[in-house]
Amino acid sequence: MTTATAANGFTDAAFESFLETRSAEPDWLTTIRREAWQAFSEMDWPARNDEEWMRTDIRMFHLDKFALPTEPATAPELAPGLLTHDVELGGTLVSYNSSATEDSLIGELASKGVLFGSLDRLVVEHGDLLRPFFERQVVNRTHDKFAALHAACWSGGTLLYVPKGVAISQPLHGMSAMGDSGVDLSKTLVILEEGAEATMLSETASTSPNGGGLHCGSIELIVEPEAHLRYVNLQNWSTSVWHFAHQRATVDRNASLQWTIGALGSKLAKVNQQVALTGPDANAQVNGVMFTEGRQHLSYNTHQHHMAPYCRSDLLYKSALQDRSRTVWRGMIKVDLAAQRTDAYQRNDNLMLAPTARADSIPGLEIEADDVRCTHGSTSGRVDEPQVFYAMSRGYTRTEAIRLIVAGFFQQVFDRITIESVRNALGDAIASRVQDLDQQAAPEVQG
Amino acid sequence: MSETLKITDLHVAVEGKPILRGVNLTINRGETHALMGPNGSGKSTLGNAIMGHPSYDVTGGTIEINGQDIMEWDASERARAGIFMAFQRPMSIPGVKMADFLRHAATNVRNPERKEGEDLIPMREFRKELKEKMSQLRMDVEFARRYVNDGFSGGEMKRAEILQMAMLRPKFAILDETDSGLDVDAVKLASQSIAEIGGAEMGILIITHHDKLLDYNAPDFTHVMLGGKIVETGGVELAQELYTQGYDRIRAAYPEEAALEEELAEETATA
Repeated sequence: MTTATAANGFTDAAFESFLETRSAEPDWLTTIRREAWQAFSEMDWPARNDEEWMRTDIRMFHLDKFALPTEPATAPELAPGLLTHDVELGGTLVSYNSSATEDSLIGELASKGVLFGSLDRLVVEHGDLLRPFFERQVVNRTHDKFAALHAACWSGGTLLYVPKGVAISQPLHGMSAMGDSGVDLSKTLVILEEGAEATMLSETASTSPNGGGLHCGSIELIVEPEAHLRYVNLQNWSTSVWHFAHQRATVDRNASLQWTIGALGSKLAKVNQQVALTGPDANAQVNGVMFTEGRQHLSYNTHQHHMAPYCRSDLLYKSALQDRSRTVWRGMIKVDLAAQRTDAYQRNDNLMLAPTARADSIPGLEIEADDVRCTHGSTSGRVDEPQVFYAMSRGYTRTEAIRLIVAGFFQQVFDRITIESVRNALGDAIASRVQDLDQQAAPEVQG
Repeated sequence: MSETLKITDLHVAVEGKPILRGVNLTINRGETHALMGPNGSGKSTLGNAIMGHPSYDVTGGTIEINGQDIMEWDASERARAGIFMAFQRPMSIPGVKMADFLRHAATNVRNPERKEGEDLIPMREFRKELKEKMSQLRMDVEFARRYVNDGFSGGEMKRAEILQMAMLRPKFAILDETDSGLDVDAVKLASQSIAEIGGAEMGILIITHHDKLLDYNAPDFTHVMLGGKIVETGGVELAQELYTQGYDRIRAAYPEEAALEEELAEETATA
């Protein structure tokens, strides 16, 4: 292994030496880090009597098995990303164990004032520009102990800054990779100023198929008035990685966000994904595609927060579950008193590919305004045997038939995703993971 | 040598309950057979058993294609051997476009040795053929882009089944009440379509209550099923007789099977 980490874990001393390695950072950022570290030190880990955590057991998670990244790691050769097939990119960023190893941005975009690349580097170079966006605290730095840990110790990370009125047609791509026992504390900050447009594709990968590791990260998407952002994040760590993430977008007046989440990897994932509609007529579409196997546990808390009138939010999460895996989705639509004429929708569908899989689906509404339309729904069911027989009677093998039905199940969410490479990547990744059903679930012909 | 689907002394039970009690039937490629009989006599059970439905337990007898026993084959292998069934109630598969569904199906059926993951029929070639068949069946091209049977009307589903048959070009086709739920014009269209897509090329087993589907597909043989057995076989005139006069004569002639049929009908009614 080539990862260079402090030997003594996440101690005060380790934190101080971490800060020393980052002495070039602006003072305001160091202050934020110290405050967050203080909060982290004072907080307890979430417990199972905490409502948000009662379905997700982290007693096996021990932070002291991991350590702060202290110096740039040497990256191994990485496999190409899943999302970039046949895509002409405007810029790329690769990071390994929370350190950028390469970043690029085409000249045409750089000359328009676009910033893209390692947040580590760019926050040093453009501290004054970025400071107000950090100070907005889009993700609450003290939401829980993971949020505080991340705010104190984030490193590497991604910045996309698109100045007022600049529209980017070529997607930007970020790949975060992790080695065995690696740590990724990356922070993503996307800022689209008024009238800007961009598409960003982010994905994660583990360099060894069963390598463990820790991701404790954040994503902040700031979509200013009249701006339009399409953002994709595909979580594709190995199934031994712990994944804790706080993700939040703010979408202002007449702006739109299409946010697509793919979740294939991790041993246990606990993600808070929030969208706040902060200005009138803002529009947010959230798409979630999850595929789990083995003993994976993926838990998503989604939050659609309507703070202004005439906004629309539309969330569709679909999961297919194999083996003994489990998903938890808790969805909340919150409509403030000011957010009259809200149109909000949330839906979660689960397809159980094994009788031992389990999906918890808990929609919720909290509405203070009195002139709104809010709807929600959720379904959970098994692959329909008559459908399987129908496809087999047309020459499909049993496995092909199940793949077909699973593909059809996800098509409804793919139909909403306007980026072809993302639809294809998610479709292919899922198809390759679908196994046959258990014998228990699949009676065979006794001829 | 003519190709043959041969069913010998077939016994089938569903959930432990015997439905078929010794069916014998031989269909040569190129022949049209009508299978008639009252509700609950076992007609659909025969179709499903031939197709290899896992819920239908074959408790005795054999099904062979050209002398090859296919009892151990699953539905996929049977489809690849040239057997097709137009379902009485086709399943919908939301999210899967008709054209994509059929392209993969046709590839498998036409290349029975194909391994999973190998290339499909080239898109252009397939589209051209699908378009031709759809125009022959007077179907709107939009059909190909819709999800399989999702939101289809009864008539659309049955036509989609015939389209699938046309694309898969089976050696032996079972049409399970392809006329049920259709109005007179739709049945006529279905009947014509079956004849046009090459009834002469196939061995067809038409399961029906009516004689309209037979208008353009005059059966070489008509079989009457009662109480889980084929009790009588005749020509086209037998189909006409059954449609116009019902099954009273048959029941009187085969009291034992008629009693079994009544028993099954009662069980179904009280179930």
